[in-house]
Amino acid sequence: MSNTMKTVALASAVAAAFVAQSTTQADAAAKEKCYGVSLAGANDCAAGPGTTCAGTSTVDYQGNAWTLVDKGTCAEIELPNMADGTERKGSLEELSRDLPA
Amino acid sequence: MTVSQDIFRKALLDAEQPVPSGLLDAQGDAAGTRFSVYRNNVVVSLSEALATAFPLVRKLLGAETFGKLAAIYVRAHPPTSPLMMFYGKDFPEFLDGFEPLQHIRYLSACAQLDFAMRRSYHAADAPPVATKELQDPERVMQARFSLAPSAVLLRSVWPLYDIWAFNMLPSAPKPRAIAQDVLVARPEFDPQPHLLAPGMADWLDKLNSGHALGPATSEILEIYPDFDLTASLALALNAQALVDYTTKETP
Amino acid sequence: MLDTSPRFDTLPPAPGVGYKPQHFADLMDAPGPVAWLEVHAENYMGDGGRPHAQLRALQERFALSVHGVGLSIGGEGALDADHLARLKELMARTQPASFSEHLAWSTHGAEFLNDLLPLPYTNATLQRVAAHINQVQDILGRQMLLENPSSYLAFAESTWSETDFLAELVRRTGCGLLLDVNNVFISATNLGYSPQGYIDAYPLEAVGEIHVGGHDEDTDDAGAPLLIDSHGKPVVDPVWALLDYTLAHTGARPVLVEWDNDVPDWPTLRDEAMRAARALSPVQ
Repeated sequence: MSNTMKTVALASAVAAAFVAQSTTQADAAAKEKCYGVSLAGANDCAAGPGTTCAGTSTVDYQGNAWTLVDKGTCAEIELPNMADGTERKGSLEELSRDLPA
Repeated sequence: MTVSQDIFRKALLDAEQPVPSGLLDAQGDAAGTRFSVYRNNVVVSLSEALATAFPLVRKLLGAETFGKLAAIYVRAHPPTSPLMMFYGKDFPEFLDGFEPLQHIRYLSACAQLDFAMRRSYHAADAPPVATKELQDPERVMQARFSLAPSAVLLRSVWPLYDIWAFNMLPSAPKPRAIAQDVLVARPEFDPQPHLLAPGMADWLDKLNSGHALGPATSEILEIYPDFDLTASLALALNAQALVDYTTKETP
Repeated sequence: MLDTSPRFDTLPPAPGVGYKPQHFADLMDAPGPVAWLEVHAENYMGDGGRPHAQLRALQERFALSVHGVGLSIGGEGALDADHLARLKELMARTQPASFSEHLAWSTHGAEFLNDLLPLPYTNATLQRVAAHINQVQDILGRQMLLENPSSYLAFAESTWSETDFLAELVRRTGCGLLLDVNNVFISATNLGYSPQGYIDAYPLEAVGEIHVGGHDEDTDDAGAPLLIDSHGKPVVDPVWALLDYTLAHTGARPVLVEWDNDVPDWPTLRDEAMRAARALSPVQ
């Protein structure tokens, strides 16, 4: 495949992507801009003081003994130790970009 | 009797410590459990912040187990900034080393995804790429893009997207035993995770490090012959994950 | 040239509410008696997204009060320079009618403890807090308001009453005061003094804003009442009465309803603001 043909092939792929994209953007533009609360899990944390007390002055301070006290959804997920067939530690890498100061 | 903030702080996060003397109730007697109000406020407020911040981890563990875990974490790792929106940056690392939960080995990856969603939510606004200027076939191959400030790329050996979907989307199937890369991006205001086809994370990485669209795509196609440029670019543009290239460094 | 002057340069002597994102649409459509809003500074110190967009929309419609919860103005250490810079940036971006913080500490070394922790009222504390207030006012280039805490215990070492301590801070720094009458009621109950007596001794001429809010009831080891500043319930009648008592002395002031936990739907919060409006009407 010649270089020119490759460019044409890529360019038409890009053009197709733009067509798919412009439709969705028009829909998005019609939406309300900043009404409403965010999707679950995307919200910011509660502010600190003034929002802090749960209304009780006691709490369980014994953090040492550990048991799984209730069952979350992890009980329904069965995955082998090596998801991709490779034993790896520190399973997640992230594109490095620092948090705002 | 001076109660320094050092003394106060020591007793605050460690209930084994006695209540500092010099703190009084209405009768001028020792404050006793009145001090527990502060102990309670700190641990409860931080635990609630953590629960809000890590919804996927919380769902995987269950609310009660998460609460116990949070009470341990917040004492060991109190915030280092008043910006609670970024609390829990080292929670994934903490989970990696937390012995009782070693059998749920994907938990740390899920915490990374939770944190990425929050970081994306608060990231700077940036105009998406102006696609009209890229209609010239020759120019478009030389076009460069950066990832938007709100875009976060996560590579995982776990089915990270499947786990998220299983917990957060109605009637999503159980996670498959495959590795998945995830792009968190924010069109307008609400971050969304997107499952990336093989090669797409590398392609986005190349673009973000300054490779022009043409050469970046050619290089990816050599490694991943099935890489679909149209689908990948449409996903990235729809997710508003790309902005005009901003760094002047040459690749 | 861009007009950068603030749209609202003072808080109106009218009801306001603590802003919660879930009330955004209701506030824009039908704010009822609400003339101004208070936002917690730290929640708007991200880099963008919805929090910034909502704030931009709100500041077109409402006078804003920026209420800091993380400056640790009573901290033994120096104020956090990064945090002060973020605050300055937020103030420039938001152009609020008021800025306030708490007579409390929350930072120790590198740790942020996410609560308003109490201070002994001594000469040493007075000097330190006055220096910190001066620093904040210098950096922001404006007066700040300082809020009285809700107390669960007292320090044996204190040599000043809280009211004298606040009056002396006003004298030394020129700061104004945010009088939280719910905190007065809580502290008076917990420490066994008269809330009206506190108001009588308080430097009311410096009051730029008043807070009311809900609290929880508990008891201490000795079975004595212990009120907790939970901000999770309607304001109780004795606190409304204390507000009436205060307004009779101060005249109309901006009155804020704080509701931060178990945040109710908009009609419930609006009703609380209506109640504050009724308290204000005899003194308008």
